[in-house]
Amino acid sequence: MSFLAATGLAIGSAWALYGVGTALVLAGALGVVLLRNPVHCALSLVTTIFGIALLFVDQHAYFLAAVQIIVYAGAIVILFLFVIMLLGVDRKEARAPENVRLLVPMALVVGAVAVAELLALARLQYWAAGAKSTTQSLSGPGSDIQKLGQTIFTSYLLPFEMTAALLVIAIVAAVALVRRRSQPPPAPPRKSAGALRHPARAPEAPGAAVRPAATAGAGRSAAAATRSPAAAASTPKTSNETREGRAVS
Amino acid sequence: MSVPGPWYLGLAAFLFGIGATGLLVRRNILVMYMCIELMLNAVNLTFVTFSRMLNDLGGQDAVFFVLVVAAAEVVVGLGIIVAIYRRRAGATADDVNSLKG
Repeated sequence: MSFLAATGLAIGSAWALYGVGTALVLAGALGVVLLRNPVHCALSLVTTIFGIALLFVDQHAYFLAAVQIIVYAGAIVILFLFVIMLLGVDRKEARAPENVRLLVPMALVVGAVAVAELLALARLQYWAAGAKSTTQSLSGPGSDIQKLGQTIFTSYLLPFEMTAALLVIAIVAAVALVRRRSQPPPAPPRKSAGALRHPARAPEAPGAAVRPAATAGAGRSAAAATRSPAAAASTPKTSNETREGRAVS
Repeated sequence: MSVPGPWYLGLAAFLFGIGATGLLVRRNILVMYMCIELMLNAVNLTFVTFSRMLNDLGGQDAVFFVLVVAAAEVVVGLGIIVAIYRRRAGATADDVNSLKG
């Protein structure tokens, strides 16, 4: 009798966890889509992520629940908030007229069709069809983090190494995208150290001072063209120049 | 004992639909990225549910890799957004039309 009561309690707690997780997930997702302020959207995304982590715990994927919170709530959403803060876009989205008429109703129809299609496809066949336990059995002995580590370092070793390379490439790409170019790249290496240390002052060598103006006049370097007002006045980039000046101020 | 798998799969389908609709509706690029994250989370939930239904650890491995790729994607995407905002203030998705001939 006590076993039956314990089983009933376990089932009840599993359903309770599912209910709470579902409420968090759906409320957060609707908040991301409907709220106007990007900061509120990011916080709603955190709500959704916590709900997903709850559902992972409900399915005994404890390690993935922890990683979900650490990576998403701890890194990705923080990155979103940093970018919002850096760019100063934490104001309400302007309710400008849409370029495409009936954009919102069409988007709602497309989303509803996607959901209906997913549900119909899942109900036409079995929900989960396929071979069972091809990688490794989930219900074997050991904790889930131990089994995950074993499969990652045996069956999925090549994808794991490729994700390492992907992370390095992403870091380099982020730095290369966001870096402000202070000097034109074809500067001679023995003068570039001193020129980088004092970028505002005129360099000692006369050749290095002539070179940026020459490239700007030739229009080869877009960055140099926007920096130099005389060159920008003769090019059609004047609107960009004024917009950039407003954004900085 | 726990909740049957189809309940999770239905929830994941709804979450994916909400994310896709938001991606189409919103104009702020940052919020569009957040909607992509919603869709990735829906797929992660599906992977974990299939992993439990088929008693296979491969689904959880897939979630692991999806997390890594999502982090890399967000880093590069936010770098692109910062670069766009430097060139023009207040960029929504409609303003990024410089490639128009």
